[in-house]
Amino acid sequence: MKLLYEKSKNGRTAFSLPKLDVPEIKIELEEELIRKEEPNLPQVSELEVVRHYNELERKNHSVDSGFYPLGSCTMKYNPMLNEETASMFNNIHPYLDEEHIQGALELMYNLQKYLGEITGMDAVTLQPAAGAHGELTGMLIVRKYIEDNGFTNKTKVILPDSAHGTNPASAKMAGFDVVEVKSGPDGRVDLEEFKKVMDDSVAAIMLTNPNTLGLFEKDILEIAKIAHEHNALLYYDGANLNAIMGKVRPGDMGFDIVHINLHKTFSTPHGMGGPGSGPVGVKAKLKDYLPKPVVDINDEGKYVLNYNIPKSCGRLRTFYGNFSVMVRAYTYILMMGKEGLKFASEMAVLNANYLRKKLEKEFDIAFDDVCKHEFVIDGSFLKEYGVKTLDFAKRLLDYGIHPPTIYFPLIVHEAMMIEPTETESKEELDRFVEVMHKILEEAKTDPEILKGAPRNTPVRRLNETIANKQLKLRG
Amino acid sequence: MKRFPYIPHTEEDIKEMMNVIGINDIKELYKDVPKLFEGDLNIPESKSEIEVKRELKELAGRNIDLDEYAMFRGAGIYKHYIPSAVYQLATKRNFITAYTPYQAEVSQGTLQALYEFQTAICELTGMEVANSSMYDGGTAVAEAILMASRVNKKHKSLVAKSLHPEYIEVSRTYTESQGLEIELINYDEKTGRIDLEELKNKIDENTSSVVISYPNFFGVVENIKQIKEILPENVLLIVNAYPLSLGLLEAPGKLGADIVVGEGQSLGNHMSFGGPTFGFFASKQKYIRQMPGRIIGETVDEEGKRGFVMVLQTREQHIRRAKATSNICSNHALMAVVASVYLSIVGREGLREISYQNYQKAHYLAKKLIETEKFEPVFEGEFFNEFVVKPKFDLNKFNENLFEEKFIGPLNLGKFCDKLENHALFCATELNTKEEIDYLVSKVGEIDEITL
Ligand SMILES: Cc1ncc(COP(=O)(O)O)c(C=O)c1O
Repeated sequence: MKLLYEKSKNGRTAFSLPKLDVPEIKIELEEELIRKEEPNLPQVSELEVVRHYNELERKNHSVDSGFYPLGSCTMKYNPMLNEETASMFNNIHPYLDEEHIQGALELMYNLQKYLGEITGMDAVTLQPAAGAHGELTGMLIVRKYIEDNGFTNKTKVILPDSAHGTNPASAKMAGFDVVEVKSGPDGRVDLEEFKKVMDDSVAAIMLTNPNTLGLFEKDILEIAKIAHEHNALLYYDGANLNAIMGKVRPGDMGFDIVHINLHKTFSTPHGMGGPGSGPVGVKAKLKDYLPKPVVDINDEGKYVLNYNIPKSCGRLRTFYGNFSVMVRAYTYILMMGKEGLKFASEMAVLNANYLRKKLEKEFDIAFDDVCKHEFVIDGSFLKEYGVKTLDFAKRLLDYGIHPPTIYFPLIVHEAMMIEPTETESKEELDRFVEVMHKILEEAKTDPEILKGAPRNTPVRRLNETIANKQLKLRG
Repeated sequence: MKRFPYIPHTEEDIKEMMNVIGINDIKELYKDVPKLFEGDLNIPESKSEIEVKRELKELAGRNIDLDEYAMFRGAGIYKHYIPSAVYQLATKRNFITAYTPYQAEVSQGTLQALYEFQTAICELTGMEVANSSMYDGGTAVAEAILMASRVNKKHKSLVAKSLHPEYIEVSRTYTESQGLEIELINYDEKTGRIDLEELKNKIDENTSSVVISYPNFFGVVENIKQIKEILPENVLLIVNAYPLSLGLLEAPGKLGADIVVGEGQSLGNHMSFGGPTFGFFASKQKYIRQMPGRIIGETVDEEGKRGFVMVLQTREQHIRRAKATSNICSNHALMAVVASVYLSIVGREGLREISYQNYQKAHYLAKKLIETEKFEPVFEGEFFNEFVVKPKFDLNKFNENLFEEKFIGPLNLGKFCDKLENHALFCATELNTKEEIDYLVSKVGEIDEITL
């Protein structure tokens, strides 16, 4: 399909402005600072733009168009209401006087409170713009904690080999050395291995629980105890919070810091890869290190932006975070309420286990055990039919299903990580199971179908080698 | 059983599914979870859509709605006109409810839209390559400083004090823990531009990058070319640009910038209390492997048909882990696409016209304010659509009076700097009419009577 740039024709426009109504003056800039050549943006009519984006839209799979069991990404349904409530707050400037934005501040204050309650944390910042940004925030809080307490020898962060790539990257960005701990044969952190790498030089341990295999870290209380004995902090990657809302709280398990992906558990859209929002919650002892500002309530009951956090880890982005994402998450929390959030978690877990059971006979489930909201298939067994997980995934596209996350977590070869979420019906899950079995049958009888997949998609399998070798990054 | 609109399960379904799993109670799925939390979360019970909508509307009603106000405040977030088609197109459900294009064949909409975005950013900035967005302008500057340091392995960045104060804070937060140093370079009190002498003196063999803003936080347009000329060859020039000014101002790439970043909100995005916004990020091609973030490239499918995929993923955290160029994963793709639609609608000439009108309106406002003799100009440097003036009266009180008339007056720079208390940062855009401007100026004329 053509780029809009290629549809451009001199003299067309989709835009109009009122005539300039002030007396024109000569531009006083130095000659060299005045633009000589106009940027080559499209010259098209409005209808051409409309048709272009309509055509692009049709080339996207989305939650609204079909099943999207992309593990670890929690592609649950994004309620329409969220979009409407978010739009009620579009026209607010961040530097208005506090008294003119009391509604926005109250919403943030309440959201801080609710997220603290859900995670079992004492204080929350809404500033981080995504999950990884929350991780960085958390790691910088760890840094401040170390400095403040004179733990000068603490230079390391431990994380399991099943961790999401953002975890090591965030720890590194915050200036820590990363130490990986191997998962045991049951897919959980191996307690003995953990003890081996744990010492006083460890500043923090980053875990997600349930972990990225969808398994609950059964030794979590022991891990927390050991961590705290060494004055290390326990960090919770909350991307997997959807499994445990109202059931168990990271704060109660011994975690000191948590980030939450609002764009996962709290139903705000992923927007093709963002914006997200990654609030961070901490235990009371870490409250003084949060980024500035946080929203507080003053003696007169007025909501205020509190910049008075002398030991703050700093500022992680401009203004106050992804506010309109917060509105969506807040809307969702009000709609679901305490009983609905818990029910959502239960149904997410029910759906995952239902799929696991339905698939376990024919597919090789890595660590086949009661899972939480997701589980991982080990696709290595497909080798005997001459196909790979990649081929299997591409074939799913032909059936209108977005494939699971593939080749992650790295510790499972040929991984296929499935997360159905609670918003999918039993009928949809049954259809998925049927398609999975059908493709497996195809793999056995006619593997070329998989290797040549997809066929029913806007484009066939794309050549990534060419894309990376002959970089063409703009039209 | 209570029903929820977003959860399809009936009691019957649940029973059947539990049967398949071989359990009698959902609790059994949590048997490996320690019983640390019993009872209910301390948050409200679920509500109906009608109730929630009412509640949110009530909350929204406790904010002012800037649609109803004449706006003379910018300082990083700007009220510009957003053509009707922009949101109708960019927020189509197959865009907003899709995720990162991990499966390219069914994400060509996302990929092509972002590829066109990268193209637009290269065109605007005069750079060779761009990524498909950062969180915001502040984090884009911070990541640019980190990137420069990866390129030349030096650890000091000289940052203009006239960069947005919050960008400076973010840059400090991002760099401190990595052992990088940030040193601020003063502005020339007369022009408002970066102090070239001080800059020259502070450059040493450890200097990795110089960061300036174009126009700067005071609205003054820096002379990128002059700055570039005094930099040794291996010091990278990072320019934080206000994209809507680039219809009138020369592209930073043409003037010697090595990395160009900026806040993209003004390109068709709502103010939304400062977020989500997005950062754009562009550089010379030779630095591409050190660039943070997601990059989209063109390729072909099996049948030779054009298509788009994510490229250079070996830089990214999901592959490189601790050795990645950045930890950024979810970016701000949707906001980038909003900008791409905006730039497509505005087009080549539209952009020039918007830029031109911004310049003209702001200059008209400045001239009129100075003519009242109740404002003194502060900087001589030429500006774009924002400028600093010093009133001979109490600015906060003046703003309060303006507010009564549904005008949002200028920002008091005392918010960021004691030395600049009672200095007014005014902004005018294509949305400010002559009538509004004249009215605001007439309010200045009345000042003696309203005894500030
Ligand atoms: C387990 C886990 N941790 C962290 C992240 C990072 O979140 P984000 O993409 O919002 O930065 C993700 C999602 O990508 C994730 O799945």
